[in-house]
Amino acid sequence: MLSIQSLHASTENLPAARLSDGQGKAGKEILHGVSLEIKPGEIHALMGPNGSGKSSLSLALAGHPRYQITSGKITLDGENITNLTPDKRAKAGLFLAMQYPVAVPGVSVGNFMRTAYKNLKDEKVKALEIQTRVKGELKNLKMDESFVSRSVNDGFSGGEKKKLETLQLTILEPKYAVLDETDSGLDVDALKTVAKGILKSKEVNPKLGILLITHYQRILRYIEPDFVHILVDGRIVKRGDKKLAEEIEEKGYELVAG
Amino acid sequence: MLKAAQVEVNTGYREKYGFAKKDVSFFRSKKGLDESVVREISSHKNEPEWMRQFRLKSLKIFESKKQPMWGADLSTINYDDIYYYIKPTEKQSKTWEDLPIEIRDTYDKIGIPEAEKKLLAGVGAQYDSEVIYHSIKKEWEKKGVIFLDTDTALKKYPEFFAEYFAKAIPPADNKLAALNSAVWSGGSFIYVPPGVKVDIPLQAYFRINAANMGQFERTLIIVDEGAEVHYVEGCTAPVYTTDSLHAAVVEIFVRKGARCRYTTIQNWSNNVYNLVTKRAFVEEDGFMEWIDGNLGSKITMKYPSVYLKGRGARGEILSVAFAGAGQHQDAGGKAYHLAPDTSSQIISKSISKEGGRTSYRGMLKVIKGAERVKSNVRCDALILDEKSRSDTYPTMQIDEENVNIGHEASVSKIGEDQLFYLMSRGLSENDATSMIVNGFIEPIVKELPLEYALELNRLIQLEMIGAVG
Repeated sequence: MLSIQSLHASTENLPAARLSDGQGKAGKEILHGVSLEIKPGEIHALMGPNGSGKSSLSLALAGHPRYQITSGKITLDGENITNLTPDKRAKAGLFLAMQYPVAVPGVSVGNFMRTAYKNLKDEKVKALEIQTRVKGELKNLKMDESFVSRSVNDGFSGGEKKKLETLQLTILEPKYAVLDETDSGLDVDALKTVAKGILKSKEVNPKLGILLITHYQRILRYIEPDFVHILVDGRIVKRGDKKLAEEIEEKGYELVAG
Repeated sequence: MLKAAQVEVNTGYREKYGFAKKDVSFFRSKKGLDESVVREISSHKNEPEWMRQFRLKSLKIFESKKQPMWGADLSTINYDDIYYYIKPTEKQSKTWEDLPIEIRDTYDKIGIPEAEKKLLAGVGAQYDSEVIYHSIKKEWEKKGVIFLDTDTALKKYPEFFAEYFAKAIPPADNKLAALNSAVWSGGSFIYVPPGVKVDIPLQAYFRINAANMGQFERTLIIVDEGAEVHYVEGCTAPVYTTDSLHAAVVEIFVRKGARCRYTTIQNWSNNVYNLVTKRAFVEEDGFMEWIDGNLGSKITMKYPSVYLKGRGARGEILSVAFAGAGQHQDAGGKAYHLAPDTSSQIISKSISKEGGRTSYRGMLKVIKGAERVKSNVRCDALILDEKSRSDTYPTMQIDEENVNIGHEASVSKIGEDQLFYLMSRGLSENDATSMIVNGFIEPIVKELPLEYALELNRLIQLEMIGAVG
C-alpha cells in the first residue's frame, strides 16, 4: 500500500536553503495535511482546480528538492520513504510520470531507459533487449522507432513527452505510479493511445496502484477510477467514486467542493 | 642501466587507471637543458647533421623567448628540473612479443592488443621518449602508406623532412615549439600517397612514465592530393609527485582535395603541463578535422589550428575539456582563412568542477580578399559547482566584408529539475550528474571511434565520483 499520512509540505524560497540545515526558512505551505491510501491494484483519481496543490503533491511524493515535507509520513508497502532521495523512492517502487518532463540533451532514449532499467529492475539487462522493448512500446504508442536514438525529451512535442512518460511506466514496471496530468495537452487520438498504454501496464501488472492526477474527466472515460479525491487549496475536501468525477464535470469544482 | 627512479604513485590513480609501472629506462640525459644535452640527444639518435644544427638553433630561440604570459599561469615550470631525453629500450621492437614484459603489461592495461585484434591499420606506441613498438598492416604498406615513428622516418625518408618538417610550425613560432624543436623525440610520421584512402584509423598511444620527464614528441602527417586518413592518439599517464612537461608539436599538411582527421584523447596526470602546438595547412578543397579531448593535466594550453590556404578548403575543430580541482584547461581553436570560399567550424565544450577552471581561447582570422568565407564558432561551458570557473576569450580579425560568421557561447549549470528527473528513474546523484555531463559532450564524443567514446565516458564517470553531494 502507498500510504500518505497527513502530509504537510512547503516550497523552499531559495533552492540552496534547506530546512534541515537550520539555514533557510520554509516557503509557503502548500499541502496542509493530505492523506491518501492506495492499495495494490487500485486506481485513484486526484482532481482539483489550478493551483490546488496537485502537482506539488506529486513532486513531494517523488522527493523533489524544492518541496520540503514539514510533517506527515509517506510509506510504501510499509517502508517509510518520507526522507529518502528520489532515486531511493524509485527503487522502493514509486514512479512519477511528470507533468513537465525535462530534456536531457545528448542522452538517447535507449541509453536512458537502459540505465533506468539497470537501476530499478535488472543490473544485467542487455542493451539490445531494452532497445527492442523500447522500440516495441514506441510502436504501441504510435511513435517512430527512431525516437530510441533521440535525446530524451529534447525537441519533443508535448504529446511526445507524455508518451515517453507512459513508455517508461510500462517498461520500468513500478509498484505504484503517480501520473501527473499525463492527459493534459493531448489531442483525442493521443489521449486514447496514452490511456491504452497506461491500461497495458495495469494489465501486465494487475497489482499496480495508480494515482491519476487530472483536471478533466475525459481520461477517466478510458481509465476507470475506483476512488476519486478532490483537492482544493492543499486539502482533500471530498472523496467518492467515479460519479464524483462526473459531477465535477457537470457542475464545476466550486459547487461540488465549495 | 640506470636505477629505477624513485617515484611516489598516487594510489587512487592506480585504482582509477590501473597502472604505474616501474621505470625501466636505460639511458637518460642529465636534468636541465643546455647545448650539451641537445648534442647528446642528437648523437644518441645518430641523425643527420642538419637536424643537429636545427636543434641547436632551436635551443637558442627557446632561450631567447620569454615564457608566454597571455594564457594559463606557466610561472611554476622549472625548465632546469626536467629530464629532456629518456630512452627506454635499445631498439625498436618489431612485434608485440619483442617488447619488454614491463612495457607489454602497461600496454595490455590500456588495451593495445585488443585494438590490434580489431584490425586497426597500425599501432605506433610511444613509451617515454621513444617509440618502441610499431606495426603496420601490410595492405597499407603495399599502397605506399608510410606510418613510422618520426626518428626512423627521418632516416628513411629525408626528402619528406626537407620539404615539410618545421614548415607549418617553425621553431620561432612560440617558446614551447622552440623547445620541442630542440629536444624532440618520437612521435608519428604518416605519409598517404595521392588518392589513397586509409579507411581504418591509424592509432598510437603515448605515455609519460618517468618522474620529471619531459615528453616532446613530434608528429608530421602529409596527406597527399585526394588522399584520406584518420589518425588517433590517446594518452593516459600515471601520477607522479613532481611536475612533468609535455610539449609536443603536430604538423599536418592536407594537400589538394585531401582529408585528414586527427583525434586525440588526453588524460594526463594532474601534475603535467600539457603545452602542445598543433597546426594544419590545408590546400584547395582539402578538409582538416581536429577532435581534441583534454582531461587531466595541471595546465593544458592547446589550440589546434587550421590554415585554410587554398580555395574551398575546410577546417573543423571539435574540442572538449574537463577541469577538476587544481586544473586549468585553456583550450580552443584557431582558424585562419587565407583564401576565398573557405569554411571553418569550431565547437568547444568544457566542464569544470571542484574549483577547476576552463577557458576557451579562439582565433578567427579572415584576410582581405578571402570572400564568401563561412565560419561558425560555438563554445559551451558547463560549471558543476560554485567554486569552479569558465571564461571565454574569442578573438576575431575579419578584414573582408563578404563573409558569413557566426559565434555563440553559453554557460550553464546542471539544473535541479534535470537531476530530479534522472534520479526519479533510479539514478544516484553521481550517476545522474555524469549522465548529464556525458550528454553535454555527446556531440563531440559521437565523432570518436567507439572504444575511445566508451573510454571517455568511463573517464568522465570516474571523474564525477564525489563531484556532487
